[in-house]
Amino acid sequence: MESYLFPFDSLICMLLGISFTVWFTLLLVFIIVPAIFGVSFGIRRLYMESLVKLFEVSECFVNRFNQIIEKNWFKMSLEQEVQEMRRGGAEPEFDMSDIFYFCRRGVESIVDDEVTKRFTAEELESWNLLTRSNYNFHHISTRLTALWGVGVLIRYGFLLPLRVTLAFTGVGLLVVLTSIVGLFPNGRMKNYLSDKVHLMCYRICIRALTAIITYHDSENKPKNGGICVANHTSPIDVIILASDGCYAMVGQVHGGLMGVIQRAMVKACPHIWFERSEVKDRHLVAKRLSDHVADTSKLPILIFPEGTCINNTSVMMFKKGSFEIGCTVYPVAIKYDPRFGDAFWNSSKFGMVNYLLHMMSSWAIVCSVWYLPPMSRMEGEDAVQFANRVKAAIARKGGLADLLWDGGLKRGKVKEVFKEEQQKLYSKVLVGSSEDRSHS
Amino acid sequence: MGSTSSTLLKIPNVEVLMQETGFSPAHIIRLHDRFKALDKEGRGHLCPQDFGAIKELAMNPIGDRIIGAFFSPGKETVDFHTFVKILAHFRPVDKDRPKEPNSPEPINSRSNKLKFAFQLYDQDKDGKISRDELLKVLRSMLGMQVTEEQLESIADRTIQEADLDRDEAISFEEFRKSLEKVNIDHKMSIRFLR
Repeated sequence: MESYLFPFDSLICMLLGISFTVWFTLLLVFIIVPAIFGVSFGIRRLYMESLVKLFEVSECFVNRFNQIIEKNWFKMSLEQEVQEMRRGGAEPEFDMSDIFYFCRRGVESIVDDEVTKRFTAEELESWNLLTRSNYNFHHISTRLTALWGVGVLIRYGFLLPLRVTLAFTGVGLLVVLTSIVGLFPNGRMKNYLSDKVHLMCYRICIRALTAIITYHDSENKPKNGGICVANHTSPIDVIILASDGCYAMVGQVHGGLMGVIQRAMVKACPHIWFERSEVKDRHLVAKRLSDHVADTSKLPILIFPEGTCINNTSVMMFKKGSFEIGCTVYPVAIKYDPRFGDAFWNSSKFGMVNYLLHMMSSWAIVCSVWYLPPMSRMEGEDAVQFANRVKAAIARKGGLADLLWDGGLKRGKVKEVFKEEQQKLYSKVLVGSSEDRSHS
Repeated sequence: MGSTSSTLLKIPNVEVLMQETGFSPAHIIRLHDRFKALDKEGRGHLCPQDFGAIKELAMNPIGDRIIGAFFSPGKETVDFHTFVKILAHFRPVDKDRPKEPNSPEPINSRSNKLKFAFQLYDQDKDGKISRDELLKVLRSMLGMQVTEEQLESIADRTIQEADLDRDEAISFEEFRKSLEKVNIDHKMSIRFLR
């Protein structure tokens, strides 16, 4: 029996060896080398276009459900509604029907509310053949299921192993090469090499996710001595921005693999890593950031002021810390196309590993990055107003809703101040006008 | 509609529910999804804290009262049926519905909408809005923005205008009469799509 197995054994080994070599050569030629030089064959764009056609085909097989209530129907401000409810144009006074406004708004929010929507994945208009986005589409035909099955095979059988290999390559190279660059003496050569190494490794990581990114307005790219702020949807945002420019990262020191990466990166160029205890001390944080910014030989700092991952349909309140430092702010808007894969990280539902697995088994990550013109704090503007101005600019450019809600609401309670706002508005309508009456 | 009926079958007595409330199967499914989303611990019923977790509702000056409207006296949980029946109050009035003489009044009739609003004022459920209850509602809606005297003068004026039988309180009939010119359908309806 053994003698029969032997020739098969060596045959199998040979086949495996050959396919492995072929595989690796293809990888090197089509993916790694372009990443090193920053060029692209355009394979990913071709892939994206074919995916779009695929989705259009599957569109006809699916039923869809829209939003449950039409909130914009008869959307008026509190003042207008109250005025409207007055009969016969009498002066505004309290009327028993005023409660209807609050009642209706309350019940609307029970049926469908704005904030919870932002912290769960964005709903798609049509299905993109990924099980995880199939929350609305209960009716699926057999043809569509077959298509989905083929999709699963391609994604998990071919794309996932490819991507994992690339990811390991990218991260491994990052750690090794930055440590090597760290051995050089400080100077222009070191900075140059560090930039090249960082860019190359991030580009490999981009390909590991099959991320197809369109950069707009690159003339506004952040420069040294400034702070770059962007809206936050996922940890991948960092990789997306860092593969097109060099930034100094800010973050907490982690243990494990992240810690290894962080320590290696900081050898090549100065990043700002905080110990857990230091994070609480706001003055210390502000000082370290200001010191870094003051040194124009250091790279621009990359910060995500929302403080948490939002689902990319809106921009939430920016924390004012980075806006107090008083240097030029370079806003960046990032908008993902959810049809190909949802990049949003719902950290209360999925852990990091699960999330990365989702990312790597999606079709692709497609996004657009807009570099906005630099902004500075104006005379008489405080940090909060400046932060809101920047936030509005980012929301407008990226086509996202500009909300005043705090990202901290993901976990915390509503502050009383929001209820007070409502009460203030209503009382202005009532009492304000009765004062007019008493004067006349 | 293939798989939609399988979701509907999971909801007990769904036919009765649809008949009583007038919601379409698509609406029931969406409301069921919403119910499940609010019921974070998957217990199959909602408690006041689940409603309290809705941020926009917490910001609403009369949010607590609205939550209270979902819970019958003595009950601490809301099941899916009750949830849908209460929300049915906010369906726009069916203009084309034929008036069958023996059928019960639909939940979203003008009168029932008014009753819903009335109970937001009448917390002790004695059928009358007393001066105290009116003051409490005014305080919720205006917060600390007005003085006690201003509140009292508003309350007194309102009772004076609406209270026809001079018993210092507003009964449901008086409430209804004072609002006869208001377009209740518009103000107390939510447009449910499809």
